[in-house]
Amino acid sequence: MISRLRAFAAFWYDFVIGDDWRVAVGIVVALAVTYGVSRSSLASWWIVPVAVLILLPYSLWRATARK
Amino acid sequence: MSTTALFIAVFLACAVEAVEATTIVLAAGTTRDWRSALAGVLCGLGVLAVIVAVLGPAVSRIPLQSLRLVVGGLLLVFGLQWLRKAILRASGYKALHDESEIFARQVHAAAQAPAGRRGVVSDWYAFTLSFKGVVLEGLEVVFITLTFGSNQHDIPLAASAAVSAVVLIAIIGFVIRAPLARVPENTMKFVVGVMLTGFGVFWGVEGAGGKWPGSDAALLVLVPAIAGYALMIVAVLRRRGSGQTHAAVAKERGSIA
Repeated sequence: MISRLRAFAAFWYDFVIGDDWRVAVGIVVALAVTYGVSRSSLASWWIVPVAVLILLPYSLWRATARK
Repeated sequence: MSTTALFIAVFLACAVEAVEATTIVLAAGTTRDWRSALAGVLCGLGVLAVIVAVLGPAVSRIPLQSLRLVVGGLLLVFGLQWLRKAILRASGYKALHDESEIFARQVHAAAQAPAGRRGVVSDWYAFTLSFKGVVLEGLEVVFITLTFGSNQHDIPLAASAAVSAVVLIAIIGFVIRAPLARVPENTMKFVVGVMLTGFGVFWGVEGAGGKWPGSDAALLVLVPAIAGYALMIVAVLRRRGSGQTHAAVAKERGSIA
């Protein structure tokens, strides 16, 4: 039973998170910061795009450095 | 977002998944037993229908802001995963997705597996191979359809795009009875990765309370900008890795998803 639950969790982890969990963590942090900044009078729309600009090459750099 | 953009995004994403599922079903059907393989397809579609029936109304009841935050975030993580793989493939660091090769591998495995009957299913291996292929690839279709459809308050349109793609690919696969190697799958995966990432960024920011300059028109800048950025990364990686490309691709062959 536990091994089936573990396999179920592993499937969903792989389905959503995939090869690099750092990207998922980075996106969650960026959305949280966006939420926080949007409570103020400052513009917050740019935070997630900037996170993508950083996270994508960072993740690819890690992936290609291992090759 | 216009209904055309919604339709195209969901259609392309679902077509890619349908090609992958069709390859698996064709391998099970041609090598083992068509009746068992098709039974696996029907059972898989039944499971997916139950998931849609349960999740569809549930997703529709979530307030739009929360929905956009959660779904936008998930879509963004999911889209970046697609885009990351597409960039690695386009730059030569990961083997290109080759349906002919995947088909050959599935056929080889199917030919080795022992025959076995369970209940009314005459070939259990063909049944489970088709069932798993349809459910696993179909889950992505369901995820994309529900996220795009619910965010745009147009699940019927998203569902019709998904069904059109799946039916079209299934008909082509059934007619030619061979892996759909001519479908430009790698290019489509790249485009889908860009679109998922673009819409994920857009909805995620809106869900988190951010306001886009230009409202929906921001997507017209966001999606091409992500495409351009991804192509630029591909160019940089190609230049950097030209000496090690072949070794990396050779190593990757046989282990691609």
